[in-house]
Amino acid sequence: MPPSFLPLILLAPFAGILAVALTARVSRKLAAWTAGVAMAAGLAPALKLAPEVFAGGVVHWRVAWLPEWGLDLALRFDGLGLLFTGLILGIGVMIVLYAAYYLPKYDDLGRFYMSLLGFAGGMLGIVLAENIILMVVFWEVTSLTSFLLIAYKYQQVEARISARMALAVTGGGGLALLAGALLLGDVAGSFDFSVIEERGALVRADGLYPVILILFLLGAFTKSAQFPFHFWLPNAMAAPTPVSAYLHSATMVKAGVFLLARMYPVLAGTDLWFVTVTTVGAITFVYGAYVALLKHDLKGLLAYSTVSHLGLITLLFGLDTPLAAVAAVFHIINHAIFKASLFMSAGIIDHETGTRDMRRMGGLFKTMPRTAVLGILAAGSMAGVPLLNGFLSKEMFFTAAVAHENFGGAAYILPVVATLGGMLGVAYSVRFVWDVFFDGPPKPMPKTPHEPPMWMRLPVEVLVALVLIVGFLPQVVVGPILLSASEAVLPGAVPQIKLAVWHGFNLPLAMTVIAFGLGVLQFTRRHTLYAWQERFAWSLTSPVAFERFYRGATRFSSAVMALSGARSLQRNLVLFFSFLLVAGAWAWVKTERASDGGATLIGSTPVMPIDAASSAAFAILIFAACSTVFLRHNRLLAVIFLSVAGTIVSLAFLRFNAPDLALTQLTVEVVTIVLLLMSLRYLPPRPPKQSSDLRRLRDWMIAMAAGTGVTVMAFAMLTRPYDTIAGYHMANAKPGGGGTNVVNVILVDFRGYDTLGEITVLAMAALGLCALLAGVRMTQPQSSPPLLTERSTIMLSELMRPLLPLSMAVAVYIFLRGHNLPGGGFIAGLVAAIALMLQYVASGMDFATERLRVNYVRLLGAGLGISTLTGMASFVFGNPFLTSTHGYVTPPLIDKFELASAMAFDLGVFLVVVGTVLLAMTVIAGLKRAEQPAPGEG
Amino acid sequence: MEALVSVALGLLTACGVYLILRPTTFSVILGLSLLSYAVNVLIFVGARLKSTAPPLTIPGLSNQTDPLPQALVLTAIVIGFGMTAYLVALALKSKAESGSDHVNAGGER
Repeated sequence: MPPSFLPLILLAPFAGILAVALTARVSRKLAAWTAGVAMAAGLAPALKLAPEVFAGGVVHWRVAWLPEWGLDLALRFDGLGLLFTGLILGIGVMIVLYAAYYLPKYDDLGRFYMSLLGFAGGMLGIVLAENIILMVVFWEVTSLTSFLLIAYKYQQVEARISARMALAVTGGGGLALLAGALLLGDVAGSFDFSVIEERGALVRADGLYPVILILFLLGAFTKSAQFPFHFWLPNAMAAPTPVSAYLHSATMVKAGVFLLARMYPVLAGTDLWFVTVTTVGAITFVYGAYVALLKHDLKGLLAYSTVSHLGLITLLFGLDTPLAAVAAVFHIINHAIFKASLFMSAGIIDHETGTRDMRRMGGLFKTMPRTAVLGILAAGSMAGVPLLNGFLSKEMFFTAAVAHENFGGAAYILPVVATLGGMLGVAYSVRFVWDVFFDGPPKPMPKTPHEPPMWMRLPVEVLVALVLIVGFLPQVVVGPILLSASEAVLPGAVPQIKLAVWHGFNLPLAMTVIAFGLGVLQFTRRHTLYAWQERFAWSLTSPVAFERFYRGATRFSSAVMALSGARSLQRNLVLFFSFLLVAGAWAWVKTERASDGGATLIGSTPVMPIDAASSAAFAILIFAACSTVFLRHNRLLAVIFLSVAGTIVSLAFLRFNAPDLALTQLTVEVVTIVLLLMSLRYLPPRPPKQSSDLRRLRDWMIAMAAGTGVTVMAFAMLTRPYDTIAGYHMANAKPGGGGTNVVNVILVDFRGYDTLGEITVLAMAALGLCALLAGVRMTQPQSSPPLLTERSTIMLSELMRPLLPLSMAVAVYIFLRGHNLPGGGFIAGLVAAIALMLQYVASGMDFATERLRVNYVRLLGAGLGISTLTGMASFVFGNPFLTSTHGYVTPPLIDKFELASAMAFDLGVFLVVVGTVLLAMTVIAGLKRAEQPAPGEG
Repeated sequence: MEALVSVALGLLTACGVYLILRPTTFSVILGLSLLSYAVNVLIFVGARLKSTAPPLTIPGLSNQTDPLPQALVLTAIVIGFGMTAYLVALALKSKAESGSDHVNAGGER
């Protein structure tokens, strides 16, 4: 893990989530500060690395995860990454500040900031990922967190529907992207972007290229709301305005165009790319602008204008000329800046007037002049007014459109489309300015409008200042970053970028003039347009179509579920076992065929003679297992016979030289039986018969077939020779692991990581049980004698109390000797658990709970913590996780014995086992104690 | 002896499978316990029934049995307890919410 600043960028927002979770409890202000600092903290390492990127370098950082599969935590930081990091975090800081004033006082600001930071982290992951699978993972992170953000006001039904729609569309695109990434990795031979970039020509020549391209474009188009997937974006306006301002300016929707930019060197340069991307972009560009003009909702106008501008960026990438690509990157910057400020202005207007309907407002220039100036400047940039930043990239777009050569005879089509889109853009921008800020005297509005608090306006002021600065001094302010980002998109082919406000009289300027003239004209004639739209409006809009599709799909899957019996455990299991039997039989028949009948079921090794004790045990096992089945209606007897079978199993372990297993099985048997006995009382008396004879017959046949299969398989295995792979473990247990009980050394040392996983699972089972039964109170249907509620016989309780220290001593002894002789944390834990359990059984819950003031949930945590910390302690010595060490100690009074660090690990195991058993027991025993919480919760 | 063990395993499996297919939750718990006995022993005897000493590297012992399957099974047994306890909780929860101990309580039969 080479030290680098790069991962810190990504770490900052995710660490911020944890910090906000803690500080949000304290106060709103602190939560906002924490979130803001977390966003800003990511900028610091980015700035630190920026000089290297500006010098043309690419910073890499990599931690191997599954190098065999090409899956690494690999990050890259190039010009494109720097640009986007700046946008994501820079605008992120503004949003954090803005939201603190925008969101109502009673809102859960912590939840908002945590989702926002998670989203920012996901976005950073996308733009910083070197491994394309990693990029897809972060892509999904943004889909999920944007769902949370759009559904922030989850009490409103439209927020939920919109969030679901956005998730379905972008999530579906994410699936396509995953498929595309896998195919691309396969074709290019690597998931590393640097490698893929080098092999771009190879990819484009491959037969799978069209499939890969379409899959990637599906991902990009759904995310960037390109036609016909655009409908989720306007609907996502159900989110609070800070979310809209963030998602639809600098982030979410820019992820799609980022993907186009990132994949440009690999996937662009073909006719398919040119035709698809240009067409989709052009349609979206014009369509979005047209619909934006029709919207009366302030945010609706901005949403469709976003769709339109994204279409423009897509169109530019589709044109596939260096100049167009540079213009696309430039417009990404400009659009992010002016659109974020416009959304925030719209939010201020909404916040201060109480409405977003442009027909109900007007004359706001008088009441909120500062906000008006900011809004007018930003809208001017959106329209492409000279001296504002939007003008520059639009002019570059017009230039690229004029200079394009791919259209042959129809060369005029692109400039016409460009002018048309520009005209509509001017029209809706003018409408935004006119209807909101002018249009006669102030109209009556739900709230009396006034200027917002200074801090709420500050983010807008900063962004509008950028609009102006970039507009006046483009070369100085954005020249370097634009060059650097363009280098990442166009390796080795960046044209001379001359950012200047004045390019002289030329065709693009003429187009701008025409667009402005026609746009203003269009605006003045807009009422004709509305009337026309009212008359010929489409009844089936995309959201409606989507909802219909969604409902249909839900109905379809419910029908399939009903048909397949997925809700019946029995039917599922019958299918499962039948499948296993068929698969097993098929494998056997295949082997039999392949060897011409030579593959016998009986192997060649000599068999072991049967002794009398084993046959007696065998007979008892048969009897016990069959009795469990036949007496299952009498639950008490069934449990007793089950325990007999379990005891025979533990004897079998002993017979075949596994003393550790025998001890474990025996102790587990005890705790299992006690647990089952405790639960018996809550189950209802059985109805006489529930299954038909036919069904029983079927189940018997399946069971017999399964049993026969296992018998045959076991016999075939047991009679064949075998080589152990445990030679290493046997040889190194003592010198390497410091213990002679190889089983224990494997558990706590060689395979300690597995064991850590296993005790985690155990703790999860106990916590799951605790959570499942939390709040559940049950009555006993049967008139059975209460177990564990009151004292049992005096004899038992008086006997058990002095036995406790004795049995605990046994547990300690078993624990200590475990490393060298049969024993260890698992068995000692079970023994101690039984000893404690007996106290509960003998003296009653109340008595034992009073004296054993242990919170078993905390005990689980302590156990897991000790084991994990033991593992991490080896980091201090520069060793990998869970490296063990050992040495001899000679305490007074006792003989010298060996102390291995693995013993501390084993202590964690011990505590987890004790905690699991006793938590399960006390929770189940506490079920009928209606008046008190279960001990595990206290 | 190999035949004896194989038949015992087969029988435990058959009883376990039959019980798992029953409609009452308690039978399923019993069945799963029997089935896990069978599976644990099957993995354990993967080391064959041949050796003469437990896997301890202490002086005087030779021809020890393979420790790996034992280590695998040891944790499996303990996790088996966790699973049983969780199933018991599920059964009780299902009973508390639906009043029935049918495995499909709350769903279709």
